[in-house]
Parts: sequence; structure tokens; C-alpha cells
Amino acid sequence: MADSSSVQGTATILPSGTRAPDFALDAAPDKVLKLSDLRGRPVILVFYPADWSPVCGDQVALYNEILPDFREYGAELIGISVDGVWCHAAFARERNLHFPLLADFEPKGAVSRAYGAYREKDGISERALFVLDGDGIIRWSFLSPIDVNPGADGILDALESLAGKSASTESKSVRNESEEARP
Amino acid sequence: MSGAALTPPVSERDHAAGPDDAPVTLVEYGDYECPYCGMAHPIVQKLQAALGKQLRFIFRNFPLNEAHPHARLAAQAAEAAGAQGKFWEMHDTLFEHQDALERDDIVGYAKSIGIDAARLARELDAGIYEKHVREDFRSGVKSGVNGTPSFFINGERYDGSWANQDAFLSRLRDAAQAGSTTI
Repeated sequence: MADSSSVQGTATILPSGTRAPDFALDAAPDKVLKLSDLRGRPVILVFYPADWSPVCGDQVALYNEILPDFREYGAELIGISVDGVWCHAAFARERNLHFPLLADFEPKGAVSRAYGAYREKDGISERALFVLDGDGIIRWSFLSPIDVNPGADGILDALESLAGKSASTESKSVRNESEEARP
Repeated sequence: MSGAALTPPVSERDHAAGPDDAPVTLVEYGDYECPYCGMAHPIVQKLQAALGKQLRFIFRNFPLNEAHPHARLAAQAAEAAGAQGKFWEMHDTLFEHQDALERDDIVGYAKSIGIDAARLARELDAGIYEKHVREDFRSGVKSGVNGTPSFFINGERYDGSWANQDAFLSRLRDAAQAGSTTI
């Protein structure tokens, strides 16, 4: 469990409390998804190295399965890698994925870079997770070692803590309570 | 994520093989249609044989149904067999027939292990064990399960290789030793 400032990889990802850089990326050959269009609900950004690689396969399969739980929090899940739209389309079809995969393809890795989640030496995105609140502020982020599937417990903890926050109408001062539920 | 701990701990809702007071408890989160779980199955059986009464083995369901369309029904079938006192018989049968997990196949397995197949079929159709399987799945997510199979030794996730039987066994032996001296 690490929060914002984790520097396990080569990258330093944007920490909790930062405004999430806006972007518009291709979600399909004829569809662009703009981050700011999703204001008003939590957004989970999942940067990952590549379609088809075994670890990502597990990770997306896992998130695909947990999607109903994410949606209970009203959250949108978005995958981002430097793969192109046609590659994403084939991958999503083959794995029966029910969430959008965005192509950070041209200029290559620009959005990943903006989040501090680009792996220069390999030319791919890091394996990094961000949970944004409804105002587009990063409330939790995590950088996983590139070969380790980070699971979903951190995401769920962050969503739970966000939900608790908005329910109590206190939105200031509390940053990252994702630790509290842990024994 | 790192340091993941089993949530909730083992309780009477779980299926256990081995004594309750065994010094080491091994929990597997698995999917009956997952080929890796199928590969792990005989390894677990060897560990059980090697450790005897030192080991209590628990199986919790983690069906990735989007990837393995028969996984959820198979999980429910094991639970249904468990309600008739034959959880492990069905568990073994399902893992030994991973390529034949249609409803009719499963009802046939119920007959072959000598339980009331009509009752099992009825209970599957009524979705009696859906909730239990979903709870298992959610507990896995909470516990940091990031793929299947995932193992926990005395409540802590085992990140070593399950395929390396010797390393797995020696880790369990260490845990057994620690477990029997702490109390």
C-alpha cells in the first residue's frame, strides 16, 4: 500500500491532491473521450504497458469482473496505453471488456507523460492507477512495479473513502484515507 | 498490492480440509475454469499429502466469469455439493474436468459423486449459492487477489511461485513451525 508519492519505478506519478490533467483521446476509431466530460463522478484511470501482455491481461480481466462494484460508486473505469485504436478494439473484443481503452498513441505517450506515468526507456506507459473525484482532482494514485498486477483493493479503498467524504459533505482537509480500513 | 492480508479471516462459512487447529492455514482463491488453477490443483494435493495434519486448506471462489464463462456456475456447483456434504469431491471433479463444465456435465458429476443431482440442478437454477460465490469474490478483491490462483499462508498473501512445489512446501513448513511455537 503506497499513496501518492510512491517512486518504486523510474517514474514519479502525480500525487493525490493534484488536478488531473485533462485530455481527449481516441476510445474507438470514431469516438473521442474527453476526461472533463466525466466530471461529477469518480474516474479510475488505469495506465498499463500494453494490450495482450500476460500481466495486463490478468489486470484488465480482473477490473472487467469488478466493474459492477466500481459502478456502485458511480465510478467510470478507463484504461490507457500507447497501443493504437485498432489494437485496443481487437483486445477489448477478444477479452469481452466492458470499459473503454484509450489510445495514447499520437503524440506517443503524451497523456501518460502528463501523469508522470511514462516509461521513457521502454516507450510504454507505466502500470499506474489514479482515482479522481467528481471535480477532477486526483485523490489516490499508485505506481506498481511494471510486472506486478496491482489488484483492485487500493482502488476500492479510495472509492470508499471518496464516497464517505461526499456523504459527510466535508470535502476539505481529508486527503487520503485509503489506509484506514486496513488491519 | 504489497502486504495484502486475508479479509475477512477464515471462518465457518469457508470450506476447510484439515484440522481447525492445524499450525498452518493455506487459503486459495481459485476459478474452476482457469487453466493455472487447474495446474495448481495437483500441486496443492501434494502439499496436503506432504504436510498431513499440519495443514488446513481452504478454497474460496474467485470466478473470472467474463474470461471463463463456466466459472461462476462451476463455483456454485461446488457450493451446492458442499450443502450435501461433498464439497471437496465436487471441487476435485471440476478441476479434473476443466474442459467440460456445462450445466449438464456438472449435473452428471453430481450423480457420479453420489449426491442428489436433481437437488443440485434445482439449486443451481435458483441461484441459491450466487451470493456466497459473490461474497468470496469480493473478499478476494479486498484481500488483494490480483489473479488466479492466489494463495494466502496464515492470512498473508504468498507472492512466491506456486508452481515451484519445493519452495512452496518449505514456506508452508516454516509457517507451520512458526505457527506451532507462537501459542
